Amino acid sequence: MSASVRLQVNGQPVDVPDGATVAAAVAHWTLHFRTSVSGEARAPLCGMGVCFECRVRIDGVAHQRACMTPARDGMQVDSHD
Amino acid sequence: MSVAGYDLIVIGAGIVGAACADAASADGLRVAIVEPGPVGGGATAAAMGHLVAMDDDPAELALARYSLRQWEAFADLKEAEFSRCGTLWVARGENELASAATRAARLDAAGVEAQLLDAQQLYELEPELAPGMSGGMLVPREAVVYPPRVAQHLVRRAQARGAVLYAGRRVQALRRGGAQLDDGSMLSGPVLVATGCALPALLPQLPMRARKGHLVITDRYPGVIRHQLLELGYADSAHGDADSSVAFNVQPRPTGQILLGSSREFSATDAAVSPAMLRRMLERCFSFVPALRELQAVRAWTGFRPTTPDGRPYLGAVPGSTDQWVAAGHEGLGVTTALGSARLLLDLIRNRQPAIDPAPYSPSRMAA
Amino acid sequence: MTERYDVLVVGAGPAGLAAASTAAAHGARVGLLDAQPRAGGQVWRHDVRKNAPRAAREAIAALHGVTLLAQHSVIASEDGALRVEIPQGSTLLTYGALVLATGARELLLPFPGWTLPGVSGAGGLQALTKQGWPVAGKRVVVAGSGPLLLAAAATLRAHGAKLVGIHEQASAESVHAFARQLLHWPARATQAALLRAKLAGVPYRFGSVVRQAHGEDALRMVEIDGAHGTSLVDCDLLAVGYGLVPNVELAQLLGCALDHGHPHPHVQVDELLRTSVPAILAAGEACGIGGLAVARIEGAIAGHMAAGHQDDARALLPERDRARRFGALLARHFAPGARVHALATPQTLICRCEDVPLGALDGYADARDAKLATRCGMGACQGRICGTALAELGRFPRGAGRPPLFPARLATLAGLALSSSDASRSST
Repeated sequence: MSASVRLQVNGQPVDVPDGATVAAAVAHWTLHFRTSVSGEARAPLCGMGVCFECRVRIDGVAHQRACMTPARDGMQVDSHD
Repeated sequence: MSVAGYDLIVIGAGIVGAACADAASADGLRVAIVEPGPVGGGATAAAMGHLVAMDDDPAELALARYSLRQWEAFADLKEAEFSRCGTLWVARGENELASAATRAARLDAAGVEAQLLDAQQLYELEPELAPGMSGGMLVPREAVVYPPRVAQHLVRRAQARGAVLYAGRRVQALRRGGAQLDDGSMLSGPVLVATGCALPALLPQLPMRARKGHLVITDRYPGVIRHQLLELGYADSAHGDADSSVAFNVQPRPTGQILLGSSREFSATDAAVSPAMLRRMLERCFSFVPALRELQAVRAWTGFRPTTPDGRPYLGAVPGSTDQWVAAGHEGLGVTTALGSARLLLDLIRNRQPAIDPAPYSPSRMAA
Repeated sequence: MTERYDVLVVGAGPAGLAAASTAAAHGARVGLLDAQPRAGGQVWRHDVRKNAPRAAREAIAALHGVTLLAQHSVIASEDGALRVEIPQGSTLLTYGALVLATGARELLLPFPGWTLPGVSGAGGLQALTKQGWPVAGKRVVVAGSGPLLLAAAATLRAHGAKLVGIHEQASAESVHAFARQLLHWPARATQAALLRAKLAGVPYRFGSVVRQAHGEDALRMVEIDGAHGTSLVDCDLLAVGYGLVPNVELAQLLGCALDHGHPHPHVQVDELLRTSVPAILAAGEACGIGGLAVARIEGAIAGHMAAGHQDDARALLPERDRARRFGALLARHFAPGARVHALATPQTLICRCEDVPLGALDGYADARDAKLATRCGMGACQGRICGTALAELGRFPRGAGRPPLFPARLATLAGLALSSSDASRSST
C-alpha cells in the first residue's frame, strides 16, 4: 500500500495521502468544484455527502460527490465543467 | 350561512381548471375558483408538460391541434419554461417505420409539420439512441412546458380580472344553483367541475378511473438527448386496456435534466413509487437509450391520470343539467389540451358555435 | 443478486459499530453498511494524517464475524429488502432484523455569503480536513454553536491551520451554565478541559455570530457581530455550523414513525429501541442528538435486540438513560437563537442546488407549494440542506421523502444487479 496517490485535477497533477478523497485533491488546486445554476462558483459545504456542492467529473463520469470518493492513482478529475 | 354569487364557479385549479377560469374571466364572467391544494398541485404537478399532437384518435387530434395553436401564445412566458425541443418518434423495425409514414401523413393533413426520418437522419439527431433503430418521425415545432407555474399564471391572470380564488377550500357537494364548500359556505352560480381524478366525488354518474404513472428525473446532463423521444408504440400503452403497461418516453428539460417515463397502471391506488414498475419503465427506456443507465437519478414520483372509458375527456354540460359543466378526464393529454378544452367549454357555456366539433367529448355519451 | 443477513446495520459510526459487533457476538450473520469508504461515521471518521481515537480503532478491530460493506449506499426498499448502490452496480440485501444507525448531519443555516467557496460547516471542515483537505497555514474562523466547534477547531489546529477565533452564538451565561452541569459527567468535563487546552491561545467568544461572508470567487473576510459590536476579520476558511440534526430519511422511507420534535424530527423508538416497524430498530443520533456515549450504548442495546437477546439489552438501559440526559443538556444550552435565525435576507439563497432566494418562498402555504413554484428542494440534495434550514427557521416542516434515498444511477433504480464481483466488500 503506497503512502500517497497521484491523480490529475483539471489536467494538473496532485499527490494526496492514500485514503484522501477526491475533494481533498481538488482543493489543492482550486475551490471551484462546480458552477451553480446561476453561475456561482461552489465548493463543498457539508463534507459528508449531503449537500452535493462537491460534484465533479471523475474519469468522465459527471456528478460524482468528491467528498465521498477515495482518490485513486491515475484518476482524471474535472471540476466545474 | 354565507352565499356568494358568481357567473361561473370553477371547481379545481389544475391546468384544466386554471385554463377554464382564465378563459371565463377573459370572457367577462365573474369567476370563483375553488382549490383545496396548491394550484397545479395534482396531476398537473406530476405531468411531463409535453405539448404533443397525438394522432391516433381523430377527435383527440382535433382537440390537440386547436389547443396547441393557443399554447403558442405562451412561448415567451417565463413561467411556462416553454422549450421547443420538438418530438421525435422512434421506429424500431420496418413495420414501425411504415406506421410512422402513415402518422406523418395524418399529421401533415391536420396542419402539423412532421418529417419522416431514415436511420441515418435519426442518429444524426439523436446519437445516443441504441443501435438498430429503423428511423422515425420528427415533429419539430412541438414543445415542453412546466405546467404548475402555467396553472398558477392562469389563475393569477383570472384574479387580475376579478376572479376570486377560494384557496384551501374544497367543494363538499353540488347543490341546486351552486356548490357548498367544506366550511359551510355556499357559492351560487353555474359550476364547472374540473377536478380530474376526483370527479366521482361530485359527479359519480360519469365514469372515471385513476391511471397511475411513474416519472424519474435526472441530474443535469445537457445534450444527451435533444428532443422529446417516444417509441411509436406509445399509443398502444395509452389507449390499451391492459392493467399495466410501459412505453418509452423521455424529455430533455430546459435545465438539462432528463425526465423519464412512462408507465400506466389501473389497479394501483396508492401513490408510492413501485420498484417493479420503475424497473419495467426504466428497462424500456434503457433499451432505447442505453446511456441513461449511468446517469444520476435525483427524484422519482407518481401521478394519476384521470381516465374515462374511451380515453377522451368529458367536455360539456353534465347530462340532464343546464348549469353544471364538466372539463375532466384528459388522461395523459391534460396539459396539451387544457387551453382548447377551456375555449370549447366557454363556447358551450356561452351558447356560441365551438371551433371544433364538441360531440366526441359530450358527457352524455356515457349516460347509462 | 440478493444477499441475506440475520442482522443488517446501516451506518458504521459508533452506534452501528457497537450494534454490529454486539449482534455478531451472539452468533448472528451481520452486515454493516456505510456509504463511506471506511467505517467510523463522522465523529470517528478516519483521518489520513493522524491516528483515529483509540476507542474508534478498537471498535473497528472488534468487528469479528461482521461483514463490513463499505461504499454501500441504501437507495430504496423493495419488498422488505434494501436496494443498495455500490461502485460497480447495485445489490439487494435482505435481513431478519435491521438496525438504523444513520447518525446525524450538521445544521447549516443560510446567511449572506454562505455560498462562497471557503465557507463550510464546522463539522464539515473537520470532515474535509480528516479527508486530506489542505488547511495547513490557512487562517480559519470557526463559528456557530455547540461543543462541536471546539472539536472541529482542535482537528484544524492539529493539521496546521491558523485558528483566528472561535465564535459561539450562545451567550456566556448559557455556556458557563452548561460547563457547570458537566460536573455530573466527569468524563465529558475532562474531555472539554483537554479540548480547551489544545486550543490555548485561540480567542473563544460567546454571544458572537458571523453575519456575513465576503469575497468574489472565494471567501476573503467575515463580518462578526460580537458582544462588543461588529468586526471584520480576514480569513481563508470559515467553518460554521449550528449543531446536529438526526438523519431520519431512511427510517421514514421504511415507514418508521418519527417523533416530530421541534424543529427537527428523530426516529421514534420504545425503550428497547424498537421502531414502529417490526424487525427495525434504531440507535444513536438518529433517535435524537445525544453524543458519542449515547451512540455506543444504544448501538449495543440494538445489537442485543437484533440478535434476540432482550435481557442483555435491558441490562444496559440505566446507563443509556444517563447518557441520554447529556444530550438534553446540549439542546438546552446551545440551540441557535433568534439572531441566528434572522441572518438570512430575502436575497440570501436558501436552496443552493437550484439557486432559490429565501424571499422567493414568501406567500406559499407549505413546502410542496413553494417547491412547485420556485424549484426549492428539487435539486440533488433532495431538500436536505434547504428543508432542514427552513424547518429550523420555522418556515416549513420537513415533508416525507420518496426513493431514491440519495441520488443514484438509473440502473440502480431499475434494480440492475452487479456487473462484476463485489470487490469493495471485506469480511472481518
